[in-house]
Amino acid sequence: MLRYILGRLWQSLIVLVGVSVLAFSVLFLSGDPTYLYVNEHATNETIAATRHKLGFDRPVYVQYYDFARKAIRGDFGTSLRYGQPAMKIVLARLPATLELTFAAMFIAIIFAIPLGTFAAVRRGSTFDGATMLGAMVGQSMPDFWLGIMLILVVGVQLKWLPISGRVPILEPLFAGDFNQLFKTLPESIRHLIMPAIVAGVWSLSRNSRLVRSSMLEVLGMDYVTTARAKGLAEFRVVMKHAFKNALIPVVTIIGLEFGFLLSGDIVVENIFAWPGVGRLVVNAINQKDFNIVQASVITLAVVFIALNLFIDILYTYLDPRIRYR
Amino acid sequence: MTVPDEATVVAMPIPEPQTQRGRVSTWYRARHSLWRAKFPVVALFILGVVVIMALFAPFLAPYNPNKVDVQIRLLPPAFAGGDPAYPLGTDALGRDVLSRLIYGARVSLVVGLTAVMVAGTLGVTLGLTAGFLGGRIDNVIMRAADIQLAFPFILLAISLLAVLNARRGVEANISNFQRLVPLILTLGVAQWVTYARMGRSVTLSLREKEFVESARALGDSKRSIIFRNILPNALAPLIVIASFNVASTILAEAALSFLGLGVPPAIPTWGGMLAESRELLISGVWWLAIIPGLAIMFTVLSINILGDWLRDFLDPRLRT
Repeated sequence: MLRYILGRLWQSLIVLVGVSVLAFSVLFLSGDPTYLYVNEHATNETIAATRHKLGFDRPVYVQYYDFARKAIRGDFGTSLRYGQPAMKIVLARLPATLELTFAAMFIAIIFAIPLGTFAAVRRGSTFDGATMLGAMVGQSMPDFWLGIMLILVVGVQLKWLPISGRVPILEPLFAGDFNQLFKTLPESIRHLIMPAIVAGVWSLSRNSRLVRSSMLEVLGMDYVTTARAKGLAEFRVVMKHAFKNALIPVVTIIGLEFGFLLSGDIVVENIFAWPGVGRLVVNAINQKDFNIVQASVITLAVVFIALNLFIDILYTYLDPRIRYR
Repeated sequence: MTVPDEATVVAMPIPEPQTQRGRVSTWYRARHSLWRAKFPVVALFILGVVVIMALFAPFLAPYNPNKVDVQIRLLPPAFAGGDPAYPLGTDALGRDVLSRLIYGARVSLVVGLTAVMVAGTLGVTLGLTAGFLGGRIDNVIMRAADIQLAFPFILLAISLLAVLNARRGVEANISNFQRLVPLILTLGVAQWVTYARMGRSVTLSLREKEFVESARALGDSKRSIIFRNILPNALAPLIVIASFNVASTILAEAALSFLGLGVPPAIPTWGGMLAESRELLISGVWWLAIIPGLAIMFTVLSINILGDWLRDFLDPRLRT
């Protein structure tokens, strides 16, 4: 067990180094990054001076070493636009993104399991057909379009839910300010519903289909036939004997799911003016604020790697067979 | 949202090597199985319409998609009381929505298909090589795949595009297709991993088979064995992945254009049209938001339905 965890940690470390190289080299893809920092009318002297000032005239490996050394301490330089340390700005936005990701994850799992299970048990029924068609549409719909439609119908026409902004949940929770938390919680949830649905709909659709097909497979197994032959009630057969095994594929992809959700968040945050890292990074790109871009990329990658590591270890604990692969 | 379904990939079996005789009847079976099912036929029809729109856009579009005329701005569609001369209405600059929709089909299909080709070629080559050679090369390629997977897809696309676009913005005399190149490369490079993993796992299962052994015994080069003996047998699952991937790439292109990072604004795209519709939502301009969204949805849905059919068809074991 310990050996597996150490191996997994080592692997994560390698991946992290790779991500840092990628985040670093993104700046150099276009050739000389100095041109990203000067305007079109800059003279050659200005360009040379800027290049020297930013350190782009040094050998690339020296620059990477410098970048990595500072990155370990969380120093990604100063944001050109905000005039503050880039990492500080990114970290301030991180709780918003995490909140949205977890809410989307919650929707994607909580609704997918009953939908997929019922569809499998009542295979061929109208419910099955409707759920699977719905799932197909959910996977084919641009999520930002669903967002726009929700804003149009639920927000603008019906005026049921707010169409933008966020009332924090995680910050008061971490600060231990429960009075504040309970006072604003209903409003927080009202703001969270639409973004979370939009961010989670793709995963929800995928998971429903996955639970259904995995349930169908398990229901065809010999031990399920045995359970039925024993004369157990169908409900008991499904819930007690088939259910747990049918969920294994779902648990397996939860780690990767975070990647999809973080990707989706970037779009969703921009539709609903959700003040998270995704909105920050898109703005930073438009403003050529590359310190923020690098800090955001690394932060999101670290979150993703850490969550995956955590889930993998948890999974090993739940299903000992994995360790021996 | 944009990476091909891992679950689908895991569920795909490795096919048995096919004989030459099987190929003729495969097409025959394909036609019959397709016509028996209802959804795939409808999907094929919709996709056909989109392809025709893309191919013959200059002949089908009633107006120049970029012609600005503020006199006729924000006309609602004809069925909602607008001018019949503009069947789907006009946008905030008085451009014809139908014409923009028709031209938008081009970008979606071109980007979807070419990016998948880039991803497929890159991924399959690396995956087959990794699987066949094994050892250190396998290790390096698969670790690179892990690194790539640790990057949320859109984030990778965004960081690549950020730099590529920043540099390309100034160049004026390039064709529309050249303007799409950074986007295509980005979407292609960002998606090679699925193909590499699939190609590798197929290779691993095939490389000890007798027919590979015999090719080796006959003195075929490694490259010849990889591309002439192993690749043909890996094609079926790869084609299925690629079909789903075209769908997800179209969605990704739309999302990036929506964020203003994908296709330059001069080219009409469905994602870009949606982006422009946003500010007008509050004032009740619904058609600009609904129409391009439906176009994306029906196109992607059709491809997904056909992909599903293709998977069931190529793998009878999954057929229900």
